[in-house]
Amino acid sequence: MLKLYERMLLARCLEERLIQMHKQGDGFFWVGGPGEEALNTSLGLLVHKGSGPEYDYLHLHYRSTATLLAMGADPMDAMRQMKNTASDPYSRGRNFCNHYSKRAWNVLPVSSTIAVQFAMATGTALANKRASGKGITIVQGGDAGTAEGDFSSCLIWSSLPGRELPCLMIVTNNQWGISTPAAHMHSEKIAARADAFGIRNAVVDGNDVQTCYTALAHAMDYVRSTRRPFLLEANVSRLYGHTSASGANRVPDEPDCIELLEEEIAAQNLMPRDTMRQLRADYVYQLRESAKLVSEEAQPSGDDIYRDVFATRDLVHEL
Amino acid sequence: MATIVQAMRLALHVGEEKLGVTDVLGQDVGPPLGGIFTQTQGIKTAWNTPLDERGIVGMAIGLAMAGQRPVAEIQFCDYAFNSIDLLKLAGGMCWSSAGDWNCPMVLMMPVGSGVRGSIYHSHSFDAQATRIPGWKVVMPSNPLDAYGLMLAAIADPNPVMYLAPKALLRVRGTPAQRIPGEPEDHQTLSKMIDAPLGDRSAWVPRWPDTESLVLPIGQARIAREGTHVTLVSYGRMVHIALQAAEKAADEGIDAEVIDMRTLIPYDWEAIRDSIRKTHRVIFLNEDTEVTNFGEHLLRRTVEELFYELEAPPKVLAGANIPGIGLADALERASVPQIEQVVACVRELARHVP
Repeated sequence: MLKLYERMLLARCLEERLIQMHKQGDGFFWVGGPGEEALNTSLGLLVHKGSGPEYDYLHLHYRSTATLLAMGADPMDAMRQMKNTASDPYSRGRNFCNHYSKRAWNVLPVSSTIAVQFAMATGTALANKRASGKGITIVQGGDAGTAEGDFSSCLIWSSLPGRELPCLMIVTNNQWGISTPAAHMHSEKIAARADAFGIRNAVVDGNDVQTCYTALAHAMDYVRSTRRPFLLEANVSRLYGHTSASGANRVPDEPDCIELLEEEIAAQNLMPRDTMRQLRADYVYQLRESAKLVSEEAQPSGDDIYRDVFATRDLVHEL
Repeated sequence: MATIVQAMRLALHVGEEKLGVTDVLGQDVGPPLGGIFTQTQGIKTAWNTPLDERGIVGMAIGLAMAGQRPVAEIQFCDYAFNSIDLLKLAGGMCWSSAGDWNCPMVLMMPVGSGVRGSIYHSHSFDAQATRIPGWKVVMPSNPLDAYGLMLAAIADPNPVMYLAPKALLRVRGTPAQRIPGEPEDHQTLSKMIDAPLGDRSAWVPRWPDTESLVLPIGQARIAREGTHVTLVSYGRMVHIALQAAEKAADEGIDAEVIDMRTLIPYDWEAIRDSIRKTHRVIFLNEDTEVTNFGEHLLRRTVEELFYELEAPPKVLAGANIPGIGLADALERASVPQIEQVVACVRELARHVP
């Protein structure tokens, strides 16, 4: 539990640093996942990490910082993408923050286009199914995006009789689509849609990290062992609004998975409150110092734009 | 001589035997039908998908990035429009990941008019295709090119769109366009690789041993040499250009016809060299004329070769209307016809600067 706590806290501190960077002019836009740390940290720790179809493929969304950090990503790299430096390893200054991409870990490029990852996930899942390992495909998106046809495509293609795919669909239900409340967009339980396709599903409290970890471990084990799909819906918070476009200010009235976990840790006497406060202060300090270093790094030059329009090597076949 | 659909099939077979093709997927491409134009009959990795173009493109992207080698089909390009943002995504995988990923997939689709296909079986896609950066775009006009370009598309590390002119799919090539290794006689080839009518559940094709002839992407072909006027075209319109050139020859006008074969990246050198020779050029295609690919080529011609020109350069293209009407007169009025091309060739050839 403490390992989860530390990773969750680091992810939160990083998101808050990214928001600070935006507000201080070190980056044009912020989007991220404060409020999803319980779920996303659990996911990152449970992933069968590697390259190629023997390992898990990740089709994430733009709130997945905690997943990447739990997998071992360097927080400075997220800041590099925030600051759009030439050293940004995910997009070399081309994409918004929280748009991760890492072939070495089977993390497909995150796109701002909502729900397209559900259309692509079927392909990596079919490759997983053919491969000899236990790799599965994990695809994640928000509740508003489930109105897109691509979400339905994933339900349909992953549940064809006799051709089921090892695909774990995760819907993070934060009850919002930018400014539109969930009740204007969909019925209460999105997971129930899976019933129509014979896809096993569950709804979990995404603010309770122990529940998240257990539910994810169970769902991943089911998909890994049966090579069938699963839909997991997690009710999460959106603690800093949609993006910097809506201010990126802390919302007062949604539960905070980290505060809840700190109460649990204190109640069980696993770590003194002071130590928790100190840990947070250490992360804040380290990240602030790292941000200073990142702000000194070079931006890409304009003549970089034509690079990588076409691949000159067949990287995905060089496994 | 193979037809274009047979050539596509021969190439897909070589693709799965020698180039690692893992999936040929799309609506009705698997058994029993093997493609609504027979283009995937007998292909062992062909499978039928749900009726979901976005799902097809998404599946192909995922397969490609997971180290498989998919060739996907949208049954008619008319139905690819709902997939444009997934096509943009595939085209942008390498660029947006700063070269960390590539997306080696082929997307084939029948395009164009000429078969009285009415509003939703006659669209062209070349203007759209060339506006989705990161994709290579090929469009054969004969069986040999259809074969070689398919193999090139499969072998390429990038997403490649393979636009198959549907009016030409059953047209046989000339002796010069014979695929190395195909039987001399088309009836023999048909017996070997065309599925029988009726129950074909026990049928297996006997594939001729055709060579892995990869036609380099980005190379145009001079389909007819000439000195007075250059016609730059691709796909079905190459044949219209050739017929127009023959008619113009009766009037003493010697037209050159360039078959681009690849739209992205295109062979500017071939176009430029021809314009420097003839000083008069027509860009001919059947897509709608506003923001047409020919307009781009014309713009480049004006910018780079203005002082080479001895007549105003032209774009001959389809009418800018929502679709091709079904009635014969409507289709004829909607896309360039031979007489129109001849008139345009004549006008340019006789233009006095």
